[in-house]
Amino acid sequence: MRIPLSYVFKRIGFLVAVLFTAATINFLIPKLAPRDPVQELVNQKIASGGLTSQGAAEFRDSLRKLYGLDKPLWQQYLTYIWNTMRFDLGYSIVNYPVRVDFIIGQTVFWTLGFVGTSTILAFLIGTVVGALVGWSKTSKWFSWLMPPLAAFSAVPAFIIALVLIYFLAFKLHAFPLRGGYSATIVKDWSSTEFLLDVAHHAILPALSMLLVSIGGWSLGMRSMMVTVEGQDYITFAEAKGLKGSRIFFRYALRNTLLPQVTSLAMQLGLIVSGASLVETMFSYPGIGNRLGAAIAALDYPVIYGIVFFLVVGIAVATLVVDLLYPLLDPRISYSGG
Amino acid sequence: MSEPVLQVKNLKVYYYVEAGAVKAVDDVSFTLDFGVKMGLVGESGSGKSTMAFALMRMIKPPGKIESGQMILDGIDLLKLSEEKMRQTRLRKLAMIPQGAMNALNPVMRIDKQLIDGMLDHGVIMSKEEREARVAQLLEMVDLPPKVAKMYPHELSGGMQQRVTVAQSISMEPDVIIADEPTSALDVVIQRQVMETINRLQQRLGLSIILIGHDMGLMAQSVDRLAVMYAGKMMEIGETHAMFRDPLHPYTRLLIESLPVLENKGVFSGIPGITPSLLNPPEGCVFHTRCPKAWNLCQEATPEFVEIKPGRWVACHLHTA
Repeated sequence: MRIPLSYVFKRIGFLVAVLFTAATINFLIPKLAPRDPVQELVNQKIASGGLTSQGAAEFRDSLRKLYGLDKPLWQQYLTYIWNTMRFDLGYSIVNYPVRVDFIIGQTVFWTLGFVGTSTILAFLIGTVVGALVGWSKTSKWFSWLMPPLAAFSAVPAFIIALVLIYFLAFKLHAFPLRGGYSATIVKDWSSTEFLLDVAHHAILPALSMLLVSIGGWSLGMRSMMVTVEGQDYITFAEAKGLKGSRIFFRYALRNTLLPQVTSLAMQLGLIVSGASLVETMFSYPGIGNRLGAAIAALDYPVIYGIVFFLVVGIAVATLVVDLLYPLLDPRISYSGG
Repeated sequence: MSEPVLQVKNLKVYYYVEAGAVKAVDDVSFTLDFGVKMGLVGESGSGKSTMAFALMRMIKPPGKIESGQMILDGIDLLKLSEEKMRQTRLRKLAMIPQGAMNALNPVMRIDKQLIDGMLDHGVIMSKEEREARVAQLLEMVDLPPKVAKMYPHELSGGMQQRVTVAQSISMEPDVIIADEPTSALDVVIQRQVMETINRLQQRLGLSIILIGHDMGLMAQSVDRLAVMYAGKMMEIGETHAMFRDPLHPYTRLLIESLPVLENKGVFSGIPGITPSLLNPPEGCVFHTRCPKAWNLCQEATPEFVEIKPGRWVACHLHTA
């Protein structure tokens, strides 16, 4: 099936509208906080003895001017939208003069690494487990997997992270307590030693994400499998004398995968944002942790930049699902909607 | 007549629920001869569909085939292993499902669904042979060749039902069980689909069990008629003989309940409702609604006997 161009344009138009709305909300919400990040930065400098009160006022005014904070809100908004459209995310206030896109680039791969891996693994394991539990012709022993999986899915990831840190890192010293790599190691992406150290640090954060999400994937898959098994086409497939494996894979699994794949795409969009708390627990150098720090310091450009980046991620993932879904499910056509 | 292709003897299928055993099929026996089309009629809940699934050996818990024999070509289906039974389905015994709208896999093209049954029965075909076979099967059920590359949702209900008919004949089975194949279709399409089934029966020499509740449709299309009531077989015989001279009062009432063009607006139904299969009445199951019941009917269950060649009935009026 070919994808009609009009459909693609319509979807892209929709994407732009979503981005614009999200960017607007993104701009307004931090402004509601009754704080002044520039003043806080200046106070900090005074406290550390780096500034006199005369110099402080000049420093504050020049910072305000630099970030456009002296202008009325509507002007700030227009400037912000204009810059965002050009993907110019500006400079961090707290870490002046570090560029925001540099901060994103520095942190995003840490997050993509461990959250991406755990999301894909959880999807694969959860889908397979859920399918086996839901299908009545598999061993009844599989159903014993369900209570623990359901329990894990009901506990927030950061609680599981705490438990893992306490037992595996703090008590057993099997894994590092915090960070993305050891402080003592040379940061060199081409050395095996460094890569192993990174993997060693990533295991606990990834595991806490994995344990939480496997349950959701398998519960969803199980209920869809039960529903599909009651369908007439499964009964008729059996009456056709098809092999059990063909009925399972081509008739049951193929139909249950449709909603499952949609959720996966949505989840991929959320990869970056979903892990903030876990990253904070492990002081992991990822984008979620950085966003948390930026919010704490009310570092506007960094908050705007990271949140906008996340929104783009989700919107693009949605676009990809919209474009690919009719290929997976022939009943959905590009013409409608 | 000729020799039997399928013999069912004393078949019992029970569903075990909390309140006890529901006797959906209770001690049913009949014979189907080669090349014969037999209709199986009865009210809702009389055990027709259970009968169909029992013959396919696809009764799911809490249902269970209690006892009996189902002999197809000299082999008792109830003695086959699960794998042998799977190989028997479609090759020797095929099914046309009720409500074809949901009987096809929505995400698979028609040609794949026509062929996969054959592949799973060990038929080895090249790509060209597959295409030729699909085209041939579609032609046999009067569908255009382009249907091969379509998805089920692109077909009308009648076309979908034709696809299921094409699937059921793909391995040229001996017996086809058609479970109300036209009940979801409008009358015009019903007739066309029935004509297709009739033509295929002649061409391939099929034996067919046609399940339904439409006595009018049955009168037109089957050679023999079997009447079920509350899980029991009431009467079996040649269709015309049954309509001319119904022996069992239930058969008579079913025939009389058919609307007649001359008597506009006058319908005679059967008073009362089907008894609970959990607690069927003592004696004859029909005595609670039977206009001709007498005291023996409440006491003894009538035997199902052949009172003249090819004519079976379970009624004290004829056997006591």
